[in-house]
This record gives sequence, C-alpha cells and structure tokens, in this order.
Amino acid sequence: MDKQLTFTYEIMDVCLLAGKIMLQSGAETYRVEDTMTRMAAAFGFSHSHSYVTPTGIIFSVEGKEPTKTKLIRIAERTTDLEKVALVNGISRKISSGEFTADEAYQELKIVERASHTYPLWVQGVAAAVSSGCFLIMFMGKWPDFLPAVIAGGVGFISLIYFHRLVPIKFFSEFLASFLIGLLAFLFVKTGAGMEVDKIIIGSVMPLVPGLLITNAVRDLMAGHLVSGLSKGAEAFLTAFAIGSGIALVFSIFAA
Amino acid sequence: MIEQLITSFIASAAFGMIFNAPRKSLIKCGFVGMLGWIIYYIMVENRLDTIFSTVVASFVIAVTGQIFSKIYKTPVIIFSVAGVIPLVPGGMAYDAMRNFVQNDYNIAISLAAKAFMVSGSIAIGLVFSEVINQAIRQTQLNRLNKGQGR
Repeated sequence: MDKQLTFTYEIMDVCLLAGKIMLQSGAETYRVEDTMTRMAAAFGFSHSHSYVTPTGIIFSVEGKEPTKTKLIRIAERTTDLEKVALVNGISRKISSGEFTADEAYQELKIVERASHTYPLWVQGVAAAVSSGCFLIMFMGKWPDFLPAVIAGGVGFISLIYFHRLVPIKFFSEFLASFLIGLLAFLFVKTGAGMEVDKIIIGSVMPLVPGLLITNAVRDLMAGHLVSGLSKGAEAFLTAFAIGSGIALVFSIFAA
Repeated sequence: MIEQLITSFIASAAFGMIFNAPRKSLIKCGFVGMLGWIIYYIMVENRLDTIFSTVVASFVIAVTGQIFSKIYKTPVIIFSVAGVIPLVPGGMAYDAMRNFVQNDYNIAISLAAKAFMVSGSIAIGLVFSEVINQAIRQTQLNRLNKGQGR
C-alpha cells in the first residue's frame, strides 16, 4: 500500500516535470495536457485529469487510493522549440515502454537543466537577416535592405538586454520598438534609406507576437477558453507595446 | 519571384533559430515557410482575396508540417510556427497603429479588423488541417479495430 502510494507520486512528478518543461518552452496547452495524460496512461494510470493554463498546471491521478492532486505554478515563459521536441521524444519512449519512471525522470531533469539556445549574437544575426528578408517580402526596395538589417538586429538585441535590465516584458518591447523607429527615421533622414514604413515593418517582425496569436486562437478553437484568452491578452499587450513605441517616434518626428 | 523564394526561405529558417528549433529541422522550417509564402504570394498576385489566400497557405503549411512530423518524429509546432510567421499580418497591424496615431480612426479600425481576420484565418487553416488529420487517423483506427474483431 505504502509502496503503491510512493509510486503514484513518482509518476505524478514525472508527468508534471514533463508538462512544466513543455509549457515553459512555449508548447500549446492542449499538447501539454495530451502528453501528460499519455504518459500517465503508459505507466498504468488510465484515469488522470489535467487542467493546464499558461500560468499553472493542475494534475490529478486516480488510483486505488483516494485521488492525488498536485499543482505547480509557471512564472517564466520563453520559446524553446528544441525542448518541446526533446520532451516529446521522451514521452514517445515512455509510451513504447523503453523508459521506466525513474529513467524518464533523470532524462527530463537533464533536459530541464540543459540550455540549448543559440548564443545571443547568433540570435541577433538571425533576427537581423530575417528583418532584411521581410523587407523584400513586403515589397520593399533593395537599397532599404541594409537599414532594415541593422534596425532589426539592434532592436532584437536591445529587447533582450532591456529585458535583463528591467524584467517587465511590456517595457522592454516598448523601448526596443522605439529604438527601431528612431533608427528607421535616422536612416531616411540621412539618406541611407528610402521608405520609413517598409524599414519599420521589416525590422519589427522579430518582435511581433505571431506565435502567441496563432497559439491563442488554436487554444480557443480546441475549447481551452481560459488559456486562449490569457494568451490572447499577452499577445495584445505585446502588440500594443510595439505599436506605442513606434507611435511615439511618429508623434515626435512626423507630426 | 526568385527573390521572394530566397528571402522567405531565409526569413523562416532565421525565425526557427530565434525560436530555438532543433538544428536539424532548420532547413525544413525554411522550406515550409517558403512553400506557404509562395502560395500566398501567387494567389494575392492573381487578385484573390487576402483572407482566402491566407487560409489556403496556412493549410498547406500545416499539412506539410504534419507530413514532416510523421517522417522525422518531431512535434508539428516546430514546422508550423516558423512556416506561419511570414503570413502574420505584421505590416497590416503596423499600418493600423500608424493611422491610429495620425487620428485616422476610420482607416485604422478597418485595418485592425482586417489584421484580426487574417490572424484568425491563419488559425483556421491550421485547425482545419488538424481536423482532417484526426479524421483520417480515426478511420484508420476503426478499420484496424474491425479487422481485429473478425
């Protein structure tokens, strides 16, 4: 009986750790629920319930004893698709019976601790290059390519640095987009760029909450109304921060 | 046209890097993004409705993502997120915001509504492909169960 109880808690810890890593790395809510239920079923708990929102996970398992429930809080959310893929792989191995609970827990701990992110400068270069490419995709002219690359790269790097300085997402997004607008106007005023609008659109794209918006609507359509709405609110706040940053530049220079 | 192909490929792959997609799947992310953008671009160039073009493009992106995720055993989200990024109505949202600032509320509201519709249609394309995927899987499961029952 006692042994059974510790086993139940062990399984819950494994499932919750997997769910936590996935949610923190930007997976959709329904994927987190699905993965946790599948993992529990693979360990022999066919009746489990989960309630996942972007800010917390409630998970309960029904066994022979009274139902066990645990809650964990998620404070920090980033986008790290590699971790989602890794946890997905582990859950596949659990389902096929390759991993015991203990092994899976060790593997998940390794994934949680590991940092696979690209170095900051690589991310900055990626953002810069994609800004330039977006300029061309949105019918910009080639002379504006370099200004968009510079503005996009500076904007993205400054977003990360401002966020380290002041851990309020809204504020760092506002400052980063203000900087982008400022640079775009500077380029056009000095004759290095031609169209302010196109440069700004291209270089703002790495900041735009595209992933959040689509995830929010998918969650809503899957019936996860609470998480859909809260993700939507987060996306709206981000869009508003970017918009008002640019708006400030406009009201200073173009008035 | 060729510059659109190349830039959309690079932009999607670069977004894969920002979202820290697994290194092996970066090229595939770029390919999915390129495919979606080109479909959208050709449809809009031929004067089809933006919303309809977005639905079709995001549907193709999701289907390709699902095929890739079956082959390479990775979650669909990795391919669909990077692929969908070019379709996100960033430019439209920006135009709306700019008109708000310049007190052109009529234009601003209509642009904002359109941006909202476009992001909704991205999601519809994604969800639609998922529904079809699940329907196919369900019928396959049913057939399997029937076979065992006999």
